[in-house]
Amino acid sequence: MGNFSQLVYLVPLFPLIGFLINGLFWKRMPKSMGGIIGCVAILASFIISLGIFFEVKNPAFQVEPKVLFDFIKSGDFYIPFAFQVDALSSLFLLIITGIGFLIHVYSTSYMHHDEGMVKYFAYLNLFVFFMLLLVLGANYVVMFIGWEGVGLCSYLLIGFWFKNRDYTNAGKKAFIMNRIGDLGFLVGMLLIIFNFHTLSYHEFFDKLHNSQTIVPTSTYNWIAICLFIGAMGKSAQVPLYTWLPDAMAGPTPVSALIHAATMVTAGIYMIVRSNALYDLAPMALDLVATIGLITALLAATIALYQNDIKKVLAYSTVSQLGFMFLALGVGAYTTGVFHVMTHAFFKALLFLGAGSVIHAMGGEQDITRMGGLRKKLPVTYFTFLIGVLAISGFPFTSGFVSKDEILMAVYEHNKLYFYLAAFAAVLTAIYMFRLFMLVFMGGFRGTQEQEHHLHESPSAITIPLIILAVLSLVGGFVQLPHLFGGHDYLNEFLAGAKIPAYVHEDASTAMKEMTLFGGTVLGLLIIFIATRKLFAVKQFDGNYTGFRKVLANKWYVDELYDAVFVRPIEALSNFLDKFAEKKGIDGVVNGVGKTVKWGGDRLRLLQSGQVGFYIFIMVLGIVVLFTLSFFWIK
Amino acid sequence: MPVNSTHYLFLSLLLFSIGIMGALMRRNAIIIFMCIELMLNAVNLLLVAFSKIYGDADAQLFVFFIMVVAAAEVAVGLAIIVMMYRKVHSVDINILNRLKH
Repeated sequence: MGNFSQLVYLVPLFPLIGFLINGLFWKRMPKSMGGIIGCVAILASFIISLGIFFEVKNPAFQVEPKVLFDFIKSGDFYIPFAFQVDALSSLFLLIITGIGFLIHVYSTSYMHHDEGMVKYFAYLNLFVFFMLLLVLGANYVVMFIGWEGVGLCSYLLIGFWFKNRDYTNAGKKAFIMNRIGDLGFLVGMLLIIFNFHTLSYHEFFDKLHNSQTIVPTSTYNWIAICLFIGAMGKSAQVPLYTWLPDAMAGPTPVSALIHAATMVTAGIYMIVRSNALYDLAPMALDLVATIGLITALLAATIALYQNDIKKVLAYSTVSQLGFMFLALGVGAYTTGVFHVMTHAFFKALLFLGAGSVIHAMGGEQDITRMGGLRKKLPVTYFTFLIGVLAISGFPFTSGFVSKDEILMAVYEHNKLYFYLAAFAAVLTAIYMFRLFMLVFMGGFRGTQEQEHHLHESPSAITIPLIILAVLSLVGGFVQLPHLFGGHDYLNEFLAGAKIPAYVHEDASTAMKEMTLFGGTVLGLLIIFIATRKLFAVKQFDGNYTGFRKVLANKWYVDELYDAVFVRPIEALSNFLDKFAEKKGIDGVVNGVGKTVKWGGDRLRLLQSGQVGFYIFIMVLGIVVLFTLSFFWIK
Repeated sequence: MPVNSTHYLFLSLLLFSIGIMGALMRRNAIIIFMCIELMLNAVNLLLVAFSKIYGDADAQLFVFFIMVVAAAEVAVGLAIIVMMYRKVHSVDINILNRLKH
């Protein structure tokens, strides 16, 4: 193997070049050309990432930051613009560029009719670029640059169809929600600088391990909580999750990119990267677990009654992210990363499948008007089924293995959390099968015209679906429980990045594992039959009453935020606009103008036009100056 | 009677005062102009006198400068007065207040 890790700067460079070419010439570039440039850029990154991955896999690999240039240098405080290649970042590189590439290919077909297609690819490349920067950075500053960058790109892409007011509002919402979290991240970074005088991972974690710097535990907790607030915003956790379902306003492949490969995984990555810190902050870790669990449950209940195909998937993402944080919260860092990986496979698959359905339905997203698409869209149907099985945790699919591992880890940590998490997992299966039945089974509920228009998508759409379906099926085998003859390949790999693993094998766990396995099979069977009976139907109106209406309206969280935060701030702004701005600031500014004008009007009278008077004043002035200089000024 | 510095001082003071009073009191632009020249020359006289007394040639240098500037000023000033006369057929400065805002 060559020294691919020396070429690591190329990985983010290719998407950046792609962005520059597409971004600068998007008006003159033919659409197909823009698509090809976008795809090739990501493919090139993917190939290098692959090389890096195999190099890192070698046990002899040495982790050391690669400094590109000096970034901030002030006294003895030094932050280089450096990249860190280790097991964790190389795995994320593969996820981002690999899934990203499939999504790019898919987009070439999906966005073909859009006039802004080249611009779209420019944004997409920029998105991938920032995400790569985020995972490659060797210190928190570089991560923060990527962190802010993905926030910007999500805003650009969510509001991509900017002529629709709701869509731009959704973009703004995503941006503002993220900004709230980013503030937490920033404060966390400042706390680290204040207490440890460094931001590079290497030095920071060294200082944590050696405990040369004596800091109280509460400081660790505060730093960890601040960083977690950043993760809450980026990874859509309670209470900052509401932007993610609204992010559906963007084109469907963008949703796939945000939900699977980039953006939302950033929070997980950051906490896994800072695991040395979180191990010293038990309170923060408990908070992570609790927030994760609440998010998993809340989002799952909401997803049960949504009628928009993308909304269901969006809430399922929020819920799955909750699972990941739950895993991190109980200290099973590798399990969290594992679920990020498997989730990237099946969530990208589900979103791209949903995109294919929406494409076939001519832009229709309401599942009450779909149904029976099984025959018309065989490839989409089959791959979507695999995605649903994977996310529901059907045995031996990737979702089963990773979620099983999360549940086992949680069981050892806290029994109550385990039961609640298992309940959330059951809900996941229910809403996913409901979605599946409503879309693909039963009878068609749309218009005649739509039915006539139904067709399977072109190969640029179906091939990524098939690849992702295969990955969703077999992705779990890297970490199959020993009970089923597996081996912890991923744990071993990630150990290279000093990430503590959850080891889940002893005699007693085998028993629990079997129970869980049996329960899953039985539960899924019941859910399958029940949802088939309830939702594979000819008529479905999708109106809910009573408590279901509360869930269909997302627990009225948006309305609550509106009433508690948005409206008071708007009222305050109105007040300030009317009084502070109009009366105060405008008064001062206009007052200055008025005073000058008034004074000018008076002084103007001196300009009488009498030359004699001018001369008199001049003489008087000279006399005064002369006298002054004679008596006072020396 | 020997001529000493006091005489020069008083002569130039007299000339300067005549110049100021003339400039302040007269309305004829040409007279005012002449009065200004008178003031300049009063200063010149003083400079030369003190230059002689202190045996320092610097002041005489200034005198040359003042003369050059005065000549230039005369050229411009007279031109303005000529133009003014052509427009309004008068050299009375009070007519100039028509220019006021």
